[in-house]
Amino acid sequence: MKRIFLSALGMFALLNSYSQQTDSSGFKSRKLKLEEVNLVSSYYSQDGNNSAVTGGIGTEKLNDIANVLDVKLVCYDKKFRKHSFDVEVGIDHYTSASSDRIDLKANSSASHSDNRIYPSLNWSVENEKKGTSFGAGLSASSEFDYKSFGANISFSKKTKNKNGEFTAKFQAFLDQVSLVMPVELRTGTQHHDDDYPTTARNTFAGSLSYSQIINERLQVMFLADIVQQQGYLSLPFHRVYFNDATVHQENLPDSRLKIPLGFRANYFLGDKIIIKAYYRFYTDNWGLVSHTANIELPVKITAFISVSPFYRYYQQTAIDYFAAYQKHNAAEQFYTSNYDLSRFNSNFFGAGLRFAPPKGVLHIQRFNAFELRYGHYTKNIGMNSDIISLNLKFK
Amino acid sequence: MLTMKRKTIWYFLNVTAIVTVMCTIFSSCSTVKEYQKNKLNDAEMVLGNRKVEKTELSFQSYREGSSGANSGKSGGGCGCN
Repeated sequence: MKRIFLSALGMFALLNSYSQQTDSSGFKSRKLKLEEVNLVSSYYSQDGNNSAVTGGIGTEKLNDIANVLDVKLVCYDKKFRKHSFDVEVGIDHYTSASSDRIDLKANSSASHSDNRIYPSLNWSVENEKKGTSFGAGLSASSEFDYKSFGANISFSKKTKNKNGEFTAKFQAFLDQVSLVMPVELRTGTQHHDDDYPTTARNTFAGSLSYSQIINERLQVMFLADIVQQQGYLSLPFHRVYFNDATVHQENLPDSRLKIPLGFRANYFLGDKIIIKAYYRFYTDNWGLVSHTANIELPVKITAFISVSPFYRYYQQTAIDYFAAYQKHNAAEQFYTSNYDLSRFNSNFFGAGLRFAPPKGVLHIQRFNAFELRYGHYTKNIGMNSDIISLNLKFK
Repeated sequence: MLTMKRKTIWYFLNVTAIVTVMCTIFSSCSTVKEYQKNKLNDAEMVLGNRKVEKTELSFQSYREGSSGANSGKSGGGCGCN
């Protein structure tokens, strides 16, 4: 954490000194200029008693510390088009009690405590005159038993009066899942060290969105995605206990089509309160239907300090292949006891604090904003979690 | 069969709700000039997700069966714990 913070400051100081040499007021610099640096740190902790690793029973205790460093650079080309480069590196460190049960003979498995690293690079070019922008990006994610490589392209076009904007985005993720089986299901030829065989899981997602300014206080957005997943969509170390007391590996279909539809509306009420609303309907061909409703009410205590209480309600039906511990039978083709795919509803509530004084946080001019957010999450099936996040923004 | 009927009714209700909301909203649209956008340009009025929400959106997509339609990532990483 300290190292990342110091790296962010160092990078900021270096790029800032460079940008000061090249920037001049009223002139759109063609040299690369630092726009902003964000450091986001989060601590997440959960507990419950329906771990999929142990077939729907057993501890779900998990702790995760996430740090993300995000640097945005901009420049203008000969035609005065704005180019933005977004470089992001994230590192998670997590400990998981259920992962420890993959290998029951050992006190700790390889992924009992693990790190996930996820860098990404995004570029976009915006023609401010025409109101169009085009973007492309690459991303990766790596942890002990999972590797992911992603790419995306996007296109946006503003309406003539610049009050509406249409965006289309396509994302592809080519993932590799390591086949780490529960220890009792391993055959003699299978590996017990870190050299596990892998298999593919691919995700292709198309997203469309349209945002519209309704009046001086209200703006809305419609979102629609279509996501196709193919390949190995189970997790190899998820156990399923049948009603004859035999244990099996989770087995799910190798294709999943997801359709989420979303709507956002932000309304500035008076001079101090903002109402932010979000609703999502989701359905997929595994039989899961869900509804998500979220409301957040940022209240401006002063012009530079705001407090944002929020509440999110979520409910979902179970997928067609879910059953609890020892409820599946041998006649079934697909089966899981993963309670994240079961029928449940959840409540998530908390508050955020945002501090962005004009002279900078702690009177450091470049320390543009400080944001702290806490949330408590509960499922009606006995899982609870807490998350606290901090965003430091330098501009 | 009953599930299919329920789903069809849900789709119908959702599409109807979306169309109704869109018609109501767009019929009340007025062109807002740049100099009138001081409230819309407020940092809290951003329609997308904020940086500070990044981790909570990740854990929600791991701990729940659905994801997407939130201007975020639609895959990658596993959330297998």
